[in-house]
Amino acid sequence: MIVAERKPFDEIKAMVSNYRKVLTVGCGTCVAVCLAGGEKEVGVLNSELKIARKIDGNPIEVGAATVERQCDMEFLAELDPIIKDYDAVISMACGAGIQFMAERYPETPVLPAVDTTFIGVNRDVGWYEEKCRACGSCVLGMTGGICPVTMCAKGLFNGPCGGTNNGSCEINDDQPCAWYMIYERLAKQNRLENIIQICPANDWRNQTPRTIVQPAYTDRKAAVN
Amino acid sequence: MDEPKSGSNLEKILEAGHFAFTGELGPPRGTNVEAVRKKCAFLKGNVDMVNVTDNQTAMVRMSSWATALLLIEEGLEPNFQMVCRDRNRLAMQADILGVCAHGVNNILCLSGDHQQFGDHPQAKGVFDIDSTQLIGMVKKMRDEAKFLGGADIDTPPKIFIGAAANPFADPFEWRVYRLAKKVSAGADFIQTQCVFNMEKMREWVKRANDMGLAEKVYILPGVTPMKSIGMARYMQKKVPGMDVPEEIINRLKGVEKKKVADEGIKIACEQIQEFKEMKGVAGVHLMPIEWEHKVPEIAERAGMLPRPTV
Repeated sequence: MIVAERKPFDEIKAMVSNYRKVLTVGCGTCVAVCLAGGEKEVGVLNSELKIARKIDGNPIEVGAATVERQCDMEFLAELDPIIKDYDAVISMACGAGIQFMAERYPETPVLPAVDTTFIGVNRDVGWYEEKCRACGSCVLGMTGGICPVTMCAKGLFNGPCGGTNNGSCEINDDQPCAWYMIYERLAKQNRLENIIQICPANDWRNQTPRTIVQPAYTDRKAAVN
Repeated sequence: MDEPKSGSNLEKILEAGHFAFTGELGPPRGTNVEAVRKKCAFLKGNVDMVNVTDNQTAMVRMSSWATALLLIEEGLEPNFQMVCRDRNRLAMQADILGVCAHGVNNILCLSGDHQQFGDHPQAKGVFDIDSTQLIGMVKKMRDEAKFLGGADIDTPPKIFIGAAANPFADPFEWRVYRLAKKVSAGADFIQTQCVFNMEKMREWVKRANDMGLAEKVYILPGVTPMKSIGMARYMQKKVPGMDVPEEIINRLKGVEKKKVADEGIKIACEQIQEFKEMKGVAGVHLMPIEWEHKVPEIAERAGMLPRPTV
């Protein structure tokens, strides 16, 4: 899932300082699971805003809504009837959802309440770890299911570097060395030949905005264009 | 003898069967050209080639290519170090062409210390390609006259390709295979991490010999004289991938305080003697950290003088 962190309150408060009536919109998918921008977090943020602005003698009126997915126009459409009632929208979705919301309502300022952080996993309640950088050329088949682009601080394709320290990365003793783990896992699976071969320079496919149209839907897209 | 691959003096020395002796110079944190020239004076005539470090420990310094040109002015042969942290494949290839145009004939291909260690920890690390891929890229430029992207090069760079190896970082069993990968990518010579654990080094060199790697690449172990017990402890505890056995520290502790540095040099000279005799070792890379003025003395005491002319 996409993992996000809520922005510090003061930053959010500063962004809405010029608005009197604001709609805070949560997203019911990834950011709800990682406890950053779901229905509950919308309620918490709105309470904080109301109290802070009241103390400042500049009260704010806040609305709350949470849609299933802000990265889907079908769900955003639920907001169409109410959006014009507000001076601005605070989106608690990931960067994709925030941008789709801003695209749907181009006349309304849409402001981010979270920092989108990574594609990761739920290690335990409230504990998330980054696993994928969406480089677009997956090598997990070669590396025993451990991503060197994400998990190696230098993103090496032919590691480990000389900084491996008792199985840890040179940047931090608490960070395991990705290539040490790759070696150990492949050794156990008798697949070390995978990494005896030189892995050639990566084809970075995340350097321009990407669009995917599944083959079955190319006609549909052409019709839109 | 094979046709030389490059215009490198180091290549000639190694091809002629001499035991090579290389040094190192860290560029200044500023434009202090005189500081570079002063360091050069200690190295000239005492080593065959001088590595010019590239933003070592991720601290900004005068660029390695520009410093390398100063070395040429001073009559030294530079080894242009290039890390993957600071440049993408376009900038790397451009700099390789540039240094060659100015008479640099050696390159050392490195990953680079992570930027988190340096003076700009917020920097974006590039790591477009890694050190093994860099070796392959330089070889392709030199031997096939092609850029990494496949286009032709008008007058390819004739450069002797170096790579690093750390025999001491784990997993130890994998280290010789990583060496093999760098050799098959195109490395002509290898300079290793500072060696203190001779027992492990002997084992690593033995494995390199057993795999036939020492016949394909010139291996130059790194030797760093310890200046003090504090330095030895620091390297033992704080420098990732460094292996400093307790016996080295005990030897330094075993002499009176004002003789510790001398004992450090003595240990380094003993290592050099052993490497001279070691099958599969073609020379030594001396890395006296901020101790360039000791190079003449170390070269003399290690029996490395005079340096051969070829």
